[in-house]
Amino acid sequence: MDVILNQMFAGLSMASILLMIALGLAIIYGAMGVINLAHGEFVMLGAYAAWALQTYAGFSIIVALPFVFVAVGAVGWIIERVIVQRLYHRPLDTILATWGIGIILQQVVRLSVGAESRFVKGPELLSGNIEIGGLVMSNYRIFVIVFSLAVLAASWALMTRTEFGMKLRAVIQNRQISECYGIEAKHIYSVTFAYGAGLAGIAGALITPLFSTIPTMGTGLVVDAFLVVIVGGLGSLLGAASAAVLIGEATALFSMLFNDTLGRIAVLAGIIVLIRFRPRGLFPSNTRR
Amino acid sequence: MKRRDFLSSVGAVGTAGALSAPALLTTIGRATAQGNDIPVGLLFSLTGAVAVVESTLHDAALMAIEEINAAGGVHGRQLRPIIEDPASDPATYADRARRLMIRDKCVSVFGSYTSASRQAVLPVTEQRSNLYWYPTLYEGRECSRNVMYGGAVPNQQQDELIPWAIENFGPRFYMIGNNYVYPKEENNYCKTLLAKHGGEVVHEEYVPLGHSDFSSVINRIRAEEPDVIFATVVGDSDVAFARQYHAAELDPARMPVVSLTRSEVEVKAIGGEAAAGHFSSAPYFMGTQTPENERFVESYKSRYGADQVTHFVSEAAYFQVYQFKAALEKLDPANITPETIRDAAVGLTLTAPQGEVLIDENLHTHLWPKIGQWQSNGQAEVLLQSQERVAPLPYAAYEGQTCTGEGLVRA
Repeated sequence: MDVILNQMFAGLSMASILLMIALGLAIIYGAMGVINLAHGEFVMLGAYAAWALQTYAGFSIIVALPFVFVAVGAVGWIIERVIVQRLYHRPLDTILATWGIGIILQQVVRLSVGAESRFVKGPELLSGNIEIGGLVMSNYRIFVIVFSLAVLAASWALMTRTEFGMKLRAVIQNRQISECYGIEAKHIYSVTFAYGAGLAGIAGALITPLFSTIPTMGTGLVVDAFLVVIVGGLGSLLGAASAAVLIGEATALFSMLFNDTLGRIAVLAGIIVLIRFRPRGLFPSNTRR
Repeated sequence: MKRRDFLSSVGAVGTAGALSAPALLTTIGRATAQGNDIPVGLLFSLTGAVAVVESTLHDAALMAIEEINAAGGVHGRQLRPIIEDPASDPATYADRARRLMIRDKCVSVFGSYTSASRQAVLPVTEQRSNLYWYPTLYEGRECSRNVMYGGAVPNQQQDELIPWAIENFGPRFYMIGNNYVYPKEENNYCKTLLAKHGGEVVHEEYVPLGHSDFSSVINRIRAEEPDVIFATVVGDSDVAFARQYHAAELDPARMPVVSLTRSEVEVKAIGGEAAAGHFSSAPYFMGTQTPENERFVESYKSRYGADQVTHFVSEAAYFQVYQFKAALEKLDPANITPETIRDAAVGLTLTAPQGEVLIDENLHTHLWPKIGQWQSNGQAEVLLQSQERVAPLPYAAYEGQTCTGEGLVRA
């Protein structure tokens, strides 16, 4: 029984990390239709920003989070302005371009910071575990779960409760008509892309105490994030959240029944079956395009 | 140039070319060191996925070459390092090895960290009868006459370790490794030792290379409560595993991780606090107290930076260059070929940073296994040092097969 509870918590923890990474991807795709293959590198930049702030300024990860968000968001904003914006009418080219940007970012970090794995210290405050009977929960993992829920709520509020969100939804529904009403779609897109990048940055900073910080760390993570977005339904926040929980828990369950290698195969097979019957994911958005 | 002149000059070149062709054919492809310097190849990845570790091997080997040259070279001739970057891609290793052995006529090539890249170079070096110096610990089960193996094979890492771990912590072993040949072969040998010394395997599992979320593994460890975690997890996976193991507050005093692959490089990324208390088995640690090691560490740091670390593979990359030099010194300067170097190297002893090492006739190296416990400063304290030098038995797990001076012998 304890094993199952522990494993459920492990699945929830995996889900929270997946959700943090997938959220930015879901927003960028949902709003702009851009498949951003550089997303994993934004995660990596966030991890390195957290490392730099800790090593050179002595900031703990939690203190560093807002700075990381702004810094990676700024990088995203520049990339949108300089490259992605010019390719909105050529969706296939954006895939290639963002992939190239990803490689460039990876190599820039490798050349400037170095290829070796970097050490980032976890926050003292959140070390240790909470034990309830046989259930052992790492405080830091609990923090990541709560934080990811908060980010989900904040993103939802941004999309539905602010003027910016209203404009964004208008642009998503019909760009031309929105522009007729005086909404500057270009500007909205830039900010959305920057927001998505910033979220990826936060995700990167949050996982540094658990994972290894290297220039290629984003590549593997972005694959999982894409799975979440596809299973959840493109562009849906609710879909991303439920898909993250589903994939996280399924991975944990299969890892317990078999092992991590077979668990991974089982999850991927499950996703293929699911896509066969629900090709648009669990919660497809019904926007006309 | 007039057309007639051009034709006649082409004719002349053509004839000369035809005449010299047989001479070219007889010398081509035989790497012999003639001329004023001795060309040696360095084939370590400076870019790509394994560059993190492999660039340190490159640095150590290059440092040895430059030290030898500064001290006057061999027979008054300088070693000329020819550097190729195979970019972490096995096919490129084979291609660049071919280039070093044929075009550059290197009499030896130093290179590789992973087994995959060594196996890519293997057919090339065997076909050209050249010599490939491989510094990494590896899974054994190979017996080439054209590779000099400088790292430990399973029996050298485990023969002392397993009985020691059973005695100190208990007989129940949990095996965790990445899913490829090295961990499987090491675990294979470990099981034969466990059977001999009364240990048992409570669980054996392999995670994909680069796997980074170990929460399921840690839950299983918590449930099984083994005495020893026997780890062959490599690189970034090991960093993630160690950090999550520490975050889960599993006590190294009760359930220590005993690793065959964790070196100073990984510990630097894990952080001393999370690595402290766990163990590694290797022939060399940075803190080894010998005069040779002090000199090695000091010159490495002064050359590449005070925050750099030396580890059990970079040490071998370093001493193998000196073994190469010692073999050259035994040879007639007019007769330096890969085969003569190999034959001169067999039986050679050399005081390496880890202690005095010997090249076996099976071309593997007799080493000094040690067990180290990691401290919070990122260095290992050597708890147990083998009383005698341990001979390499690359087929120790396979009864009836031995690697000898004549190659693999099946009983």
